[in-house]
Amino acid sequence: MAIKKFAVAAYDDEDVLFPAVSKVRRSGYKMHDVYTPFPVHGLDVAMGLKETDLHIAGFIYGLCGTSTAVGFISWIYTIDWKINYGGKPHFSLPAWIPITFELTVLFAAVGMVLTFCYLNQIMPGVKKHVFHPRQSDDLFVLTLELNNHVSEEEAIAFLKSTGAKETSIQMAEESWWYGRWDKKEEYEALNA
Amino acid sequence: MHIKYESFVREPLVDGDKDYHQVSEDIIRPIEGKPGRMWYVGFFFALALLGYGVFSVAWAVYWGLGTWGVNRTIGWGWDITNFVWWVGIGHAGTLISAILLLFRQGWRTGVNRAAEAMTIFAVMCAGQFPIWHMGRVWDAFFVLPLPNSRGPLWPNFDSPLLWDVFAISTYFTVSLLFWYSGLIPDFALVRDRATTKFRKMMYGFASFGWTGTAKNWQRQEALALVLAGLSTPLVLSVHTIVSFDFATSVIPGWHTTIFPPYFVAGAVFSGFAMVNTLLVITRKILHLEEYITIGHLEAMNKVIVLTGSIVGIAYLTELFIAWYSQSWGEMAAFQWRILGPYWWSYWAMMTCNVVSPQLFWVKKLRRNIPFTFIMSIVVNIGMWFERFVIIVTSTYRDWIPGSWAYYSPTWPEVGFYLGTFGLFFTCYFLFAKYFPVIAVSEIKFVLKTSGDNYKRNMAKYEEQSSESFIEMVTSHHDEEHHEPAHH
Repeated sequence: MAIKKFAVAAYDDEDVLFPAVSKVRRSGYKMHDVYTPFPVHGLDVAMGLKETDLHIAGFIYGLCGTSTAVGFISWIYTIDWKINYGGKPHFSLPAWIPITFELTVLFAAVGMVLTFCYLNQIMPGVKKHVFHPRQSDDLFVLTLELNNHVSEEEAIAFLKSTGAKETSIQMAEESWWYGRWDKKEEYEALNA
Repeated sequence: MHIKYESFVREPLVDGDKDYHQVSEDIIRPIEGKPGRMWYVGFFFALALLGYGVFSVAWAVYWGLGTWGVNRTIGWGWDITNFVWWVGIGHAGTLISAILLLFRQGWRTGVNRAAEAMTIFAVMCAGQFPIWHMGRVWDAFFVLPLPNSRGPLWPNFDSPLLWDVFAISTYFTVSLLFWYSGLIPDFALVRDRATTKFRKMMYGFASFGWTGTAKNWQRQEALALVLAGLSTPLVLSVHTIVSFDFATSVIPGWHTTIFPPYFVAGAVFSGFAMVNTLLVITRKILHLEEYITIGHLEAMNKVIVLTGSIVGIAYLTELFIAWYSQSWGEMAAFQWRILGPYWWSYWAMMTCNVVSPQLFWVKKLRRNIPFTFIMSIVVNIGMWFERFVIIVTSTYRDWIPGSWAYYSPTWPEVGFYLGTFGLFFTCYFLFAKYFPVIAVSEIKFVLKTSGDNYKRNMAKYEEQSSESFIEMVTSHHDEEHHEPAHH
């Protein structure tokens, strides 16, 4: 939760973005993030990001669903309230397969989506700084985090040399906060 | 060397000269403008139908289910016919969004958003029927395994009807999550483009604060892939379990082992027909012909002719097995089904589902839009009759000739059915106005590979022999290794 200074570069082509990302990584500048309007395959590798473990979380949630279903139904039918349905055994596992399967899928899906929202820090009412209004449209936006020891002019000149179409210096909240998207934030006056 | 090359054998998925910005413009513009007169007419007509449905249901709840035409012999009638029909329609959306994602079918990107929306609305409609069929609807929560003051007496976990409760509610939840997780980035696009404060606030809320960082997208793709992997067996399980409602009974005409695959094929068949009905109109009204191309419609018509043929084989298999079993109950059930007082429903089913879709073997007809539209409605009429045939003509002549009966619906049953059309189209009209009807980020993802104007630039590679193409790609690759600064 801090307002920081960023150098922002907008590229209009993925084929320019990839060399730019590797130049930034070798330059010594601190890359903050890259914003794209759609998933650009290979960008995570180029940036040196780790593969996500979201699917492992999904597997664990699925196992929880399986054991909840089997545990709950078998407790009910063998301990809590034994009912004789047409002479079938109390512990009739094959008949429970459909519900067990459904709960496995349900737990995995719901758990994964909630984890997805938590990891990405997204939720209704959450607000984040948008560096360029066209970063969800047709521009690929790369941001560098600057501190007071770094020259703004040099950072901008460096970004321009990587092929950026537009560049700017912005003060921005680096994390998220609760807010309404139609309201301007106080810190944005610093960018005027 | 990195070129986004795709053979000319594949039709472009996006026609016309497009860049990323133009894609956003074309798909988001209808959200930002005022809807046309046709939208208002359609929306209020749908609302009126919904109102009539609410009245019909209220009537049946107040006076009791005696106001329906169902009786002791034919207990399920229109109500469960409509339930199975709507659930089946929903299946196409999941097939397109999940199974075609796993099969890496690029053409799904143009239609998956609308098809998934259709799934969700169709399942909402389907869910109404078993609930109101309970009669004493205030006791509907008895189907849930809640601690209660009756013992606690739990529901019967061995019963296909309870499996259905879990299947349908899981299906609805997972479809909704899958659909919405794909919508979040597109809502962010609408938000970032918004010029009015109200739109900025609403879509800001709906987009959950999405900004599209590289990590966001990495997780989004992982989520989509796993949800697709979960939804694929899920969608097959849902109609399998619906078919268990019939197949696990001992009623001739229902007691068959081919019901699960036969129901799933029929569900996909009717669902694709409904997708075609909706998209033929949607692409015209919202001017999206360049994104939902004739190639898309043709691909779905191919699925229709395939699944229609599977359904046809299933009908014939049923007849064969009824004879082969030499069980007189089975044989009588099918004889009465074909030649009895309900002969017209059997032959309507056969004509609409088995005979007429075979015309789609002709390429000209698959690519003919008016014909596609008419056929999509014919198929759904046929699939409605299939469920009617299964439910009514298997039960109307039961084991005791004294209880043989005939069934026709009363006005509250018809009104209930019309009301679900009202619910479906009210939701669909709101969706078409306020939601991006095509997955914008997914179209952008395939644009440079499959867009018409980008494909045209590949003509020089298309003309090359495969040997020289491979040589070009590999020699370039070597250069890259000698020159690490490039990447």
